[in-house]
Amino acid sequence: MKKNNNIKPPGSEISANPEKAISNNFRKSRYPRFGLPTLVLFGILLIWFIISYTNLFPAYALPSPGAVWKSFLEEIMAGRLINDIIASLWRVAVGFVLSAALGIPTGLWLGQHLRARQAFVPMLNFFRFLSPLAWIPFAILWFHIGDKPAIFLIFMATFFPLAMATMAGVATIPSIFFRVARDYNYKGFELLSKVTFPAVLPQVITALRVSYGISWVVIVAAEMVGCQDGLGYGIWEARNGLRLDSAVCYMIIIGLLGMGIDRLLAQLTKLPTVRWGYER
Amino acid sequence: MKDKTSDSRLVFENVSHSFGEVAVVKDMDLTVISGEVVVLVGPSGCGKTTILNLLSGYLKPSAGSVIREGVIRTVYQQDGLYPWLTVSENILLGLRFIKDTVLIKKEMAELIGLIHLEGFEQHYPHQLSGGMRQRVELARVLAGESDILLMDEPFSALDYQTRLRMRRELVRLLEIRPRTVVFVTHDIEEAAQLADRILVLSNRPATVQKELRVHAPRPRNLTDHAVIEAMKEILTELGL
Repeated sequence: MKKNNNIKPPGSEISANPEKAISNNFRKSRYPRFGLPTLVLFGILLIWFIISYTNLFPAYALPSPGAVWKSFLEEIMAGRLINDIIASLWRVAVGFVLSAALGIPTGLWLGQHLRARQAFVPMLNFFRFLSPLAWIPFAILWFHIGDKPAIFLIFMATFFPLAMATMAGVATIPSIFFRVARDYNYKGFELLSKVTFPAVLPQVITALRVSYGISWVVIVAAEMVGCQDGLGYGIWEARNGLRLDSAVCYMIIIGLLGMGIDRLLAQLTKLPTVRWGYER
Repeated sequence: MKDKTSDSRLVFENVSHSFGEVAVVKDMDLTVISGEVVVLVGPSGCGKTTILNLLSGYLKPSAGSVIREGVIRTVYQQDGLYPWLTVSENILLGLRFIKDTVLIKKEMAELIGLIHLEGFEQHYPHQLSGGMRQRVELARVLAGESDILLMDEPFSALDYQTRLRMRRELVRLLEIRPRTVVFVTHDIEEAAQLADRILVLSNRPATVQKELRVHAPRPRNLTDHAVIEAMKEILTELGL
């Protein structure tokens, strides 16, 4: 598809907005986008370095940047880190895809049927407010140790918010879209796929990003108790061995991977068919 | 495509409509014949849009009956275009029952040419100005086999100069592709410039307070005698 974001057609009816142009140029400038976060990062590293150099806290309670780097190299060499990353990514991917595949259609269906909303929303809300961690005993009892309990926990953590957000999105679709659909004879599945779904897609993408954040938080807790590998298990192992340098190394990887995947999901907001949802 | 009006008709037979206790339309009779441009003017909140909704079938009247003959399409005040579709995809909605792809392509090129938006086919509505968006709406309702256009204050969200331009645009498009039109507005200039017949509505519940015909040919200038006379009459009727 042709990418034509921010294209303003020329012509007498288009008003030029110099302020907007300036802010666009500022946004496009690479310095604030990459320079400022890099400065903050270096600032934090510097503070961390100073604190550990001055021995403000004992080394076992706050490992130094050097110790963490050493531990990172060690984990890479041993192959544990890569193995744990793959395990966690796999569990998050399966749980999240399952949740999206069921949660989004459920939300669309609920959004379109008042009776169904009346029937199911209290129950959905109930489950939404249950911490996913409360399911841990059940997850282990039902699925034992391995991928399954973690996937189950991610599903339980993300299905309800995704379904609710999609449903709320459908409820806020301007009625004019449905009136136009009626004028042009859209009914049934065609109405759902060609009007309702694209109308709600920008909100669904936002909900996906939020739910992904939840699932990435949950995976750590799930792996601490229900798995024999994965990033969460890595932290648990480090804690058992009093190797906080290794724990910090895993924490950094979790944060970086989370950010990276969120950036990938954010690319969805750049699709030309959803840009409208973020630009007005 | 359609370059002459086919037999189309809209009839209100003793139509009344109320929302709960509030009577909005009362005992209204109205016949709109093929090719006619009827403009409804009236005080704000008098029930103009409800009448359009009854005509389109979006609302069912509380009493009386509505006869519709012909394919009806509506131009809305604003945001009637699907924002996730490009200009040409939005216009394609109006052509969606045509199977012949060659014909669709030809018709699309003609419609884009008609509304002078060549080069903007792949733009999305949020990338266009208000006037351009309403032109795309016009192209969409004129596409294919439509007979009757219901227009719900289609230019009221635009600035004054664009509104003037859009009136001319509508007249020009209807010259090339005549349709039966029911146009709702609170703008008496618009009514006087566009209508064959103007129905001045009373306060709620809406009844036809006055019916006047404007015989001058279109396009009409704001300073034309017929337009000024029509405006005077409407203003008098509205007590302004």
